[in-house]
Amino acid sequence: MSLDFSTTLGGAWFPTPIFTASGCASSGKELAQFFPLREIGAVVTKSIMLKPRAGRPTPRMAETPSGMLNSIGLQGPGIDAFLADDVPWLASQGARIVVSIAGETAEEYGVLARKLRGVSGISAIEVNISCPNVENRGLVFACDPNSASEVVKNVRGIIGGELPILAKLTPDVTNIAAIASSVINAGADGIAMINTVLGMVINTETMRPHLGGKTGGLSGPAIRPIAVRAIYQVKQALPNVSILGMGGVASGKDAFELILAGASGVSIGTASFGDPSAVYRIQNELRDILMAKGFTSVKEAVGYAHRSEGE
Amino acid sequence: LPINKNAAQIRATVLSNRRVGVYHQIALEVGDLVRHIKPGNFIAISVGGENSKMVLRRAFAISRTSDRGTVELIISPQGSGSKWLCAQPEGAHVDVVTPLGTAFGIPTEPVTALLVGGGYGSAPLFGLAEVLKNRGCRVIMALGASTAAKIYAPLEGKRAVTLLKIFTEDGTAGETGRVTDSLPDLIAEHDVRVIYSCGPMPMLEALSTIAVQADIAHQCAVEESMACGIGICMTCVMPVKTETGEIKNLRSCIDGPVMDGEAVQWQLVGSQL
Repeated sequence: MSLDFSTTLGGAWFPTPIFTASGCASSGKELAQFFPLREIGAVVTKSIMLKPRAGRPTPRMAETPSGMLNSIGLQGPGIDAFLADDVPWLASQGARIVVSIAGETAEEYGVLARKLRGVSGISAIEVNISCPNVENRGLVFACDPNSASEVVKNVRGIIGGELPILAKLTPDVTNIAAIASSVINAGADGIAMINTVLGMVINTETMRPHLGGKTGGLSGPAIRPIAVRAIYQVKQALPNVSILGMGGVASGKDAFELILAGASGVSIGTASFGDPSAVYRIQNELRDILMAKGFTSVKEAVGYAHRSEGE
Repeated sequence: LPINKNAAQIRATVLSNRRVGVYHQIALEVGDLVRHIKPGNFIAISVGGENSKMVLRRAFAISRTSDRGTVELIISPQGSGSKWLCAQPEGAHVDVVTPLGTAFGIPTEPVTALLVGGGYGSAPLFGLAEVLKNRGCRVIMALGASTAAKIYAPLEGKRAVTLLKIFTEDGTAGETGRVTDSLPDLIAEHDVRVIYSCGPMPMLEALSTIAVQADIAHQCAVEESMACGIGICMTCVMPVKTETGEIKNLRSCIDGPVMDGEAVQWQLVGSQL
């Protein structure tokens, strides 16, 4: 029996459901030595801002049980250098590209969207409204339905129907399904979730917060059950909305779990830090699992955990 | 230039694992990959085995390589990852990615080079010393540590070294004091043209000042904690003055570990740029 391994997210088609995760693949060049980028679903690039950004001071990292905290603070070259160097390079590799954008204000997301309009080779835009490593918690737009939808409205207003928009959400809210509804109503085509979970490590030698930025984002297998829960809740509330799922996926079985919860695509993040070929390996493992379970397409498996008793 | 060029992920066999002072000297079979490894390059190793709660790879300096396809590492069993690695018996398999990072630049002229190592930071200097000697350079090595057991200076590694000076803070080996104390005199006396270093950050910073004062080059291998070793996590950054004069956070895995000591903005490490 053959398997249709392709997937669609907000109308965009991808040959496989396995993507890199924003912030865990830079702009692809580093991983290209370990597997062909064109053979995965898409490269989701590190969230890009309007201007070059130095990011937070070191230490930026702390390993935690089955996970890690990071506090990078969106270091990057800025959108102009990114569009001049990284997008053409990724396109030359034959990779599908999902560009992740992050702004300091709702207006800035609109400016970023304007820069992306008409750029060839981009499959979708991820609107990162949930980076935890910003100075002001009030700037985590995805914590508030109004701020979240304002950002998405701005991007949609500029992009029109040209590209699918995925809004990236944080699980650090009381009701993630309500935030998801608000961004979908504001014009998002799909949801990317989950971003890292806000955490802290205190160094017991210095007896102060270990990270330069004090707080950081928790990622890795430790947060996978949170991702599965959040995806399940959003799929239940919005059954027709496509979800790019992520959060601690380290194996094909983990990716399958997110798909069963309702993800149409799965991004691999922290696993790539421990295993540079993780994205490729997980993709192969997932293909084998779907076939072994008798699915004939990815689509068939999406949200399969929601089926009623007896089905 | 392609990033991580020549790097490959392979299953390597532990050929030997023995204690040397407070360290472990571990030899790994990596086959043909040795042909691409240069002094200064590092290796990233997966630790803890399957289902480990340690999700991040560990980066280690490569001490030496042999034509027989082996790499030698000097490891201080301090954290849970390095302790796991030091507990691996002969014949065990480990998942490695190598070669990674920048290499020490070799002078085009047969000059006198000073190699300075702090603690197990001396490890990559022995492989470098052999390359320098083969290029006709004169190699002076100065090693320092808090105490004798923390000096790593294997007999076989000394062949390429013309003059070896050892310093311990407690006086249990060599001269008493810090390795950096007597270097300005040594540099002048032997007409040293380049310093190569590896060790703790305060030592590298002190050497950078000494090199600037003596107006000689200083290539240092930095050690900042890394999550991936291949340039995707952005955790291991160092503030460095680039060719345009801008100070940028550069990744010590891609733009390092070997960096120009004068370009590194030591006073800004851990600060908001």
